[in-house]
Amino acid sequence: MLNEQAETIDRPTPHLVIEPRGYWSSFNLGDLWRYRELFYFLTWRDVKVRYKQTALGAAWAILQPVFNMILFSIIFGRVAKLPSDEIPYPLFAFAGLLPWTFFSNAIGMASASLVGNSHLITKVYFPRMIIPAAAVLAGLVDLAFTFAVMAVLLVWYQVPLSANLIMLPVLVILTSTLAFATGTLLSSLNVKYRDIRYVIPFLTQFWMFATPIIYPVSMMPQKYQWIFRLNPLTGIIEGYRVALLSGMNNSSFNWAAIGFSVFITMLLLVYAARHFRSTERIFADII
Amino acid sequence: MSFPFAIKTDDVSKLYHLGERAQYGKTFRETIVDSLNRVNPFSRLRSSGSANGHADLWALNGVSFEIRPGEVVGVIGRNGAGKSTLLKILSRITEPTRGRAEIYGRIGSLLEVGTGFHPELSGRENIYLNGSILGMTRREIESKFDEIVAFAELERFIDTPVKRYSSGMYVRLAFAVAAHLEPEILLVDEVLAVGDAAFQKKCIGKMSDVAKHGRTILFVSHNTAALLNLCDRGLLLDKGKLVEDGAIEPVIQKYLKGLRTATPWDLTSYDDRQGRGKVRFTRVRFEDGSGNTVEHGISGEPLVVVLDYESVDDRPLPNCRVSVVFFDGLGQALFNCVSELVIHDPITLPPSGTIRCIVPRLPLSQNQYVLTLFLDVNREIEDWIHNAIELNVVDGDFYGTGRLYPEGWRGKGVLVPHSWTVESK
Repeated sequence: MLNEQAETIDRPTPHLVIEPRGYWSSFNLGDLWRYRELFYFLTWRDVKVRYKQTALGAAWAILQPVFNMILFSIIFGRVAKLPSDEIPYPLFAFAGLLPWTFFSNAIGMASASLVGNSHLITKVYFPRMIIPAAAVLAGLVDLAFTFAVMAVLLVWYQVPLSANLIMLPVLVILTSTLAFATGTLLSSLNVKYRDIRYVIPFLTQFWMFATPIIYPVSMMPQKYQWIFRLNPLTGIIEGYRVALLSGMNNSSFNWAAIGFSVFITMLLLVYAARHFRSTERIFADII
Repeated sequence: MSFPFAIKTDDVSKLYHLGERAQYGKTFRETIVDSLNRVNPFSRLRSSGSANGHADLWALNGVSFEIRPGEVVGVIGRNGAGKSTLLKILSRITEPTRGRAEIYGRIGSLLEVGTGFHPELSGRENIYLNGSILGMTRREIESKFDEIVAFAELERFIDTPVKRYSSGMYVRLAFAVAAHLEPEILLVDEVLAVGDAAFQKKCIGKMSDVAKHGRTILFVSHNTAALLNLCDRGLLLDKGKLVEDGAIEPVIQKYLKGLRTATPWDLTSYDDRQGRGKVRFTRVRFEDGSGNTVEHGISGEPLVVVLDYESVDDRPLPNCRVSVVFFDGLGQALFNCVSELVIHDPITLPPSGTIRCIVPRLPLSQNQYVLTLFLDVNREIEDWIHNAIELNVVDGDFYGTGRLYPEGWRGKGVLVPHSWTVESK
């Protein structure tokens, strides 16, 4: 108790100035740091309540990609006979679905997050950006479950592990960052234009088919492949396949593609953060 | 370490762009729904995009004051005077359009209790979540956890999801967390209006403890008794302007006087109205069952809302609809008296006259209410005045049992006639 009081006294008295900020307000990273505990608690809440009052609970995290894998294996693997870079099709599809499911859920959750937390936004101050960030981060728990399924598949198909696996954490960080950038941008747009809610199903559907999840990029004619490369997810998804499955077909990372994904992700991140910060100040008035 | 002030505002102003609501072709249902929404400043803005004209409202206009550390200041004013906007600006939820505020000290704001409570989480989990949302650190919450649980009297249910709580338990938990918030500066909005009476007392007690410990408190309330108890100084806001700043008693007296002198309410110079305006309400007052003009209503007794109106020309007004909407002090619509619902045939009104809306047994408990008036002719809105008059209701024998609705019970506000039966098996 005594310690606690001493601490209160020692802490410098904060000085706060409230005035209209310009459209181009600066990033307040100090503020984000100060509210790190709230960030933790909001993430924790999103994880906790995610599968409350569902019969199957966290099983939903793996059912979605597993069912998609089965469905795609039948339709695209068996019936349409799409190539899969010398990898059994289910394995090929799941390695793509694993990051994709995380990514699409994360942008869905993040984009709805601000409006879903409007009761907080109109009643308390905190850096608003932690809301979509918490939504994305909470999705990582699902991703972990999906990785467990992937591990089972790798054993089942007797895939030899390769050193490329080391890149996996980097790829997860990259995917999360891209999801955060996209989700943050959509969430701030959604505050003003609830149309976003209706756009997202189309966006994710389109994005999924524009990404080499059910087919390999190698299937496309060489001269059109660059179009697919514009999609930052292309390099990422291919990266996951190499990291997880290269023991089977001796593939190697396309560093240029990954580098390009990093570049696009950073661009999008800066733009999203800018847009978010500039509209943040009116969220409480229009939400 | 001391500073000359805890809070200092200089010309703080906030402009809201309101949509023009009185539109041609709007259905009655929409207009009523809108009129209910209108008390919520945010919903006003939401629909303003679809409206075809805009009106601006200075919710706060040039407010400057200085609060010294340790002062306990009450902010008072009618609905829409800008009290909540002021708190929202000081707690950084919304930005001022103009002006500047400076704050020295760790600030905590309490615009609502139980902000961020999640029904699926347990009481324990919600204490942590809500505490951190209110700005407490994890260590602070941990050290006060047992105290909070004991204060809420919920030891046995602390691991139960709060969706299984009764509303009383829920409010107690929410308050307990809020009451243990100990920043140097505390901003409190009308949050003591809920909870049972005993618990309310406990909260007020806790708050005055906090006040005695040298914390700076800015307290917004309609509850003049609580303000008198807690505060030394008052700020009176009216239409966004700071009209009085001084010792709490004179400020409250001025506030109450402002409410009283305006009865019967002269509406001719009232600007904050919508509609075409060819027919307008000119005066509003209240009468009791015997036709005497009264200043307040009594629960269970007849209340007559008397509306004088005038039209610009001498033609009768066909197909009229009149409504009087009763709001509580927090701006919640309680009920709506609509002529169309009780009179079968369309009404034709004389070009000018007096309309009486008769509520045979006033179903409201002791409190302050606000009335919104509405008149349309041939489905065209002529006059629509939000918060046209305040109605003070004093307790009366509504149920005919001599029992009054207990102060602080949930559901206070509207009284409903009812009866009970019992059969043995």
